Amino acid sequence: MITDARGAMKICFFHLMPYRFLPEDFENRYRSVWVDVPHHLYDPEKTRGLYHEFLDELEFAEAQGFDGLCVNEHHNNAYGLMPSPNLMAAALTRRTSRAAVIVLGNSLAAYNPPLRVAEEFAMLDLLSRGRLVAGFPVGTSMDMNFAYGIDPATLRDRYHEAHDLVIQAWTRPEVFAFNGKYTQVRYVNIWPQPLQKPHPPVWIPGGGSVETWEWTAKLDYVYCYLSYYGYKRGKATMDGFWEAIARVGADDNPYRAGFLQLVCVADTDAEAERLYFPHVHYFYQKCLNVWEGFAEAPGYRTVKTLQTGTKPQVGAQAKKIRQSLNWQKYLEQGYVIAGSPRTVREQLTDCIKSLRVGHLMVLLQIGSMPKELTLHNTALFARDVMPHVRDLWPGYKDRWWPSGVPNGA
Amino acid sequence: MIDDDRTLDIREGAVRFRVLSAGRGPHLVSFHSFHERGGWSPFLDRLAARYTVHAPFHPGVQGSSGVETLDDVLDLVLAYDELFDRLGIGAAHLVGHFFGGMVAAELAATLRQRAVKLVLVSPLGLWRDDAPSQDLLILPQEDLPAVLFRDPASEVARRWAAAPQTEEETLAAQIESIQRRASMAKFVWPIPDKGLQKRLHRITAPTLVLWGDADRANPVVYAEEWQRRVKGAALLLVPGGHMVLHEAPDAAAAAVMEFLGT
Repeated sequence: MITDARGAMKICFFHLMPYRFLPEDFENRYRSVWVDVPHHLYDPEKTRGLYHEFLDELEFAEAQGFDGLCVNEHHNNAYGLMPSPNLMAAALTRRTSRAAVIVLGNSLAAYNPPLRVAEEFAMLDLLSRGRLVAGFPVGTSMDMNFAYGIDPATLRDRYHEAHDLVIQAWTRPEVFAFNGKYTQVRYVNIWPQPLQKPHPPVWIPGGGSVETWEWTAKLDYVYCYLSYYGYKRGKATMDGFWEAIARVGADDNPYRAGFLQLVCVADTDAEAERLYFPHVHYFYQKCLNVWEGFAEAPGYRTVKTLQTGTKPQVGAQAKKIRQSLNWQKYLEQGYVIAGSPRTVREQLTDCIKSLRVGHLMVLLQIGSMPKELTLHNTALFARDVMPHVRDLWPGYKDRWWPSGVPNGA
Repeated sequence: MIDDDRTLDIREGAVRFRVLSAGRGPHLVSFHSFHERGGWSPFLDRLAARYTVHAPFHPGVQGSSGVETLDDVLDLVLAYDELFDRLGIGAAHLVGHFFGGMVAAELAATLRQRAVKLVLVSPLGLWRDDAPSQDLLILPQEDLPAVLFRDPASEVARRWAAAPQTEEETLAAQIESIQRRASMAKFVWPIPDKGLQKRLHRITAPTLVLWGDADRANPVVYAEEWQRRVKGAALLLVPGGHMVLHEAPDAAAAAVMEFLGT
């Protein structure tokens, strides 16, 4: 029995809020799910109740005992109907009381001035009574460079400056002037201030760029690898992160890391395929169908990262790999951990241990999965999997968990 | 045929230009665009018969560095002004293609005394909602030849598109391409309209606007737009696509030399 939430493996329910009604032939007829996906494909009538479904699923997850609820930010995107994760987080604060509210996060460079993020996160921290995790992603190239028009050459510089401004706005006791290259504010003085002190825990969602590892390590933040390609492919990235941690001389506390894994639980392995394959396939074939030209604006990744030879998560090469996938391959390659509770428990334990993650995020609503099935997946996971992977990191303290989460959550 | 391949620093090395030079005669400075790989071309060879041709790489491209210290188009123009000093050039003929055409026009509008005559080859820098130029910065490699060249099956197009042999060379070429495009993207992202239209009336140098008649990247309607906005500009269409300087180097060089004189 876990009595101190700060000392047990954290399992968080992540929602992307996908549009579930893309046409059958979408990936053959349209070049991209992101940036220029035509909005005549969007049917407002079908989506009338969609946000409420999504919020129901998140609230259900808290009721089932998940430690945290994760929302994130995307733009011009048919698999992420969440340009403002803060709105969803605000809605969640009213009908939840125990789970961490994890916003992964606000893409700092997109806000002008970035103080808006400091203000809204402070509001969310108060609304949730100190349950907020503040996520600061650089943002994908599709979101930042294409949907929001930010020049790739300065994106990271803008991000770092905005980060400094937000942290200072939360921590400096006096009214101060901020003379940045991208933001100049004569009187920085945000009201309200966040409830958590010195500020809500900061998690950095990343896609595997070398600089982000080192920066996150130096600032003692949590690094979250939000990959859609599972724990086997995620290993190299997480190894890179742990090497960066070692280089700066920090300890190897697994709570420094987070990882997103797609999971499908059923009574048997065969049942899992029957129930979930169409939705998993929808996700990989339609939701990740991004035109090569949008996969990465020139200058989005630094030369240092390019030199590692890694490819973007989406684009032509990723599409070629995805097209050949069937259920067996999704499983073999670890993109999805799926099957009976026993199968899932074993593989998830392997995932958590091999990547050394203390904050596991699971995607249980996948692609076109309707509410009923999502709740089924969530309930089975909570009942038959979650209790078995809680105690994998005895002896480590989670210093990056919001202080307003009640103990024993 | 390059006589000189050197680097010249300005601002105590904060910006470094690599400049290729060749030929004799009056100074001519040539500004390249996104898809110019080598920095030198048969077109420039022809010009070098009559002019001292200097072809700098833009900061951030192939041996030129310091683009991270340049914030905007004005910064870039001033860096070129300082490069002219380092080259010992007072005034020169300015020739530029697409992005390079935009740079040449900005220079001629901002620092009038630097431009003797101006040649703009399918220049970037104006925007019309009814005829957007192609988003060349992001087009995947395999889609480029059909947009850049009048005939993508021609030998010049095939030579341009030839892929490297080894995996190592491929990665190096990809990184070079990304860096090259990223360095110029900084000044035109996400829409290549950074106020040049407000400055074009300042250009006093005699100007030739040269265009490939089958330019699919930068529609020919822009040729008229440029001619209208630059006082007294001459317009010449040459058979060719967007890469007309590579596709028709003889015709293009002859037209440029006729316009520039000596």
